[in-house]
Amino acid sequence: MKSMKIAAVVAGVFAATAVHAQALIKIDGSSTVFPVTEAVAEDFQKAKKGSVRVTVGISGTGGGFKKFCRGEIDISDASRPILAKEMEECAKAGIKYVELPVAFDALTVVVNPKNTWIKQLTVAELKMMWEPGAQGKITKWNQINPAWPDAPLKLFGPGADSGTFDYFTEAINGKAKSSRGDFTASEDDNVLVQGVSRDNNALGFFGFAYYDENKGKLKAVPIVNPKGKAVTPSIDAVMAGEYEPLARPIFIYVSAKSMDKPEVKEFVEFYLKEGGKLAKEVKYVPLGAADYKHALENFSKKKTGTAFGGVAEVGVKVADLLKRNPKE
Amino acid sequence: MMKAADLDAIRAIITRAKRWDLIFSVLGILSLMLGILTFVVLFIDMAIQGVPRLSYDFFTSFPSRRAENAGILSAWVGTILVMLVTALSAVPLGVAAGVYLEEYAPKNWMTDIIEINISNLAGIPSIVYGLLALGLFVYYFGFGQSILTAGLTLALLILPVIIVATREAIRAIPQSIHEGSYACGATTWQTVSDHILPYSSAGILTGVIIGMARAIGETAPIITIGALTFIAFLPTPPFAGDPPAGMFDWIFAPFTVMPIQMFNWTSRPEAAFTLNAAAAGFVLVFMTLAMNGLAIYLRYQLRKNIKW
Repeated sequence: MKSMKIAAVVAGVFAATAVHAQALIKIDGSSTVFPVTEAVAEDFQKAKKGSVRVTVGISGTGGGFKKFCRGEIDISDASRPILAKEMEECAKAGIKYVELPVAFDALTVVVNPKNTWIKQLTVAELKMMWEPGAQGKITKWNQINPAWPDAPLKLFGPGADSGTFDYFTEAINGKAKSSRGDFTASEDDNVLVQGVSRDNNALGFFGFAYYDENKGKLKAVPIVNPKGKAVTPSIDAVMAGEYEPLARPIFIYVSAKSMDKPEVKEFVEFYLKEGGKLAKEVKYVPLGAADYKHALENFSKKKTGTAFGGVAEVGVKVADLLKRNPKE
Repeated sequence: MMKAADLDAIRAIITRAKRWDLIFSVLGILSLMLGILTFVVLFIDMAIQGVPRLSYDFFTSFPSRRAENAGILSAWVGTILVMLVTALSAVPLGVAAGVYLEEYAPKNWMTDIIEINISNLAGIPSIVYGLLALGLFVYYFGFGQSILTAGLTLALLILPVIIVATREAIRAIPQSIHEGSYACGATTWQTVSDHILPYSSAGILTGVIIGMARAIGETAPIITIGALTFIAFLPTPPFAGDPPAGMFDWIFAPFTVMPIQMFNWTSRPEAAFTLNAAAAGFVLVFMTLAMNGLAIYLRYQLRKNIKW
């Protein structure tokens, strides 16, 4: 009897939400882009009153592109542009795509709040800490700047599979994935937050959202930009284009085949219209209004291919990206 | 008559032996406590964090970017449906295999190899099953990232547990019952269906529940086959579509499960999501406990009917 009652409750839940066969949009990819896409998917489904279903998975940027180029998903979340190898795979499978920047993420360098000696960091100083040659050699703060204390330098960063790591190493060391190996790595940014907040001599980096939620436990380090101005990461600083070179655009890639489905087209348009507001809500930095408009134009014109041509770049303006003639 | 010195020596030996007894039982209790206390502390910590989040809305809301609105509806429905597929496929297969090995299989080297491999299978890390399922179910059979794939993957995972439990339960039946049945002229199948299965069902059930309890918390193989993290709709209800084909729409539906939802929430920047994860963990532990409770109750009911 008891089990029948439970069955009745379960059946009731199903019946309440039972609907006819529905349109389905499949999205997968980067965990960095996930919060933005999730927010858009949530509001889109509400706006459509449940007539369109959206699923968002996390397989990492690389994993997302693998599924994307096999034609398993409609949209791929990417925290870095598509690479040459992935372009080849997509081309082999006959998958064409439109590349759309949707927001910025500000990579934030953080130290413990008890760290009194750091006022700002230059790219050169960061490079001294993180370059492959520093492994086992640069172990103390005063080796980078003699004014800093003779204390051990404890480094924390995301693991080598993450797009965040790729972008940071590209921006600081000049080559993606080229970094010293003797730092505490974790795919879970909360572990990095804990690590830096418990060690006075620690320094780490991760996405701005994780810093923003843990402001009480961490101190963000102002980064000296190419113009020589030290800039503290913030949504405004990134929007003004001053937080360089650690602000990076994040993307969605929409399969050209899926664009013919009206629900996918509608979803992407919704993304580019509401994405800025929603990105800000989940602590990402929106693009400029003109950029969203330009992206929407590229999308309606079906400008397929990537503006990067398979090579990662640092410090390009989104407006310039959108003007480029994409390659396939 | 014994000398006093001898008695003293014997007393000393007894005292020493008893001291060892005491030391060992203290050690035993400490080992036991270590395990239990760890669980209790974790559970209490989780309950303190999570229980305030438990509300009707928590069970009936979909995940959301706002921690206070997020719920576990798609996760618990997904978990129950996946468990349903797992049970429906693993139990008949596992019990049949166990009965065959105990009652039918000839005693030769082939059977020996099969037996050794079943024990080995039970020790294989679950991620390996995930990889197998990714190649076999997702791509080769084309089931995609569906409830069916997840259910079958977890079924593979717990199959060895069920087979071993079935065999243990059958072996616990007195040999005289076998022999009595055969002596009355029963065939092997009659013996199995009238005696072996009814008498061993309590033991088999225990094995099934142990297996299911393992499967319900598995995350690695489900992530490997690509379960989704954000999913704000439910599959079509089982057996409710247009028969016959529509009735099975649900097994091909995309899904998420409780452990994946928890995993996703713990890696969020906002601390409020950690509370959600704790609440979901509390529900998951409760689901497992409820399953075990049901097993104990059913086992008690089944044992009552055994008359020997």
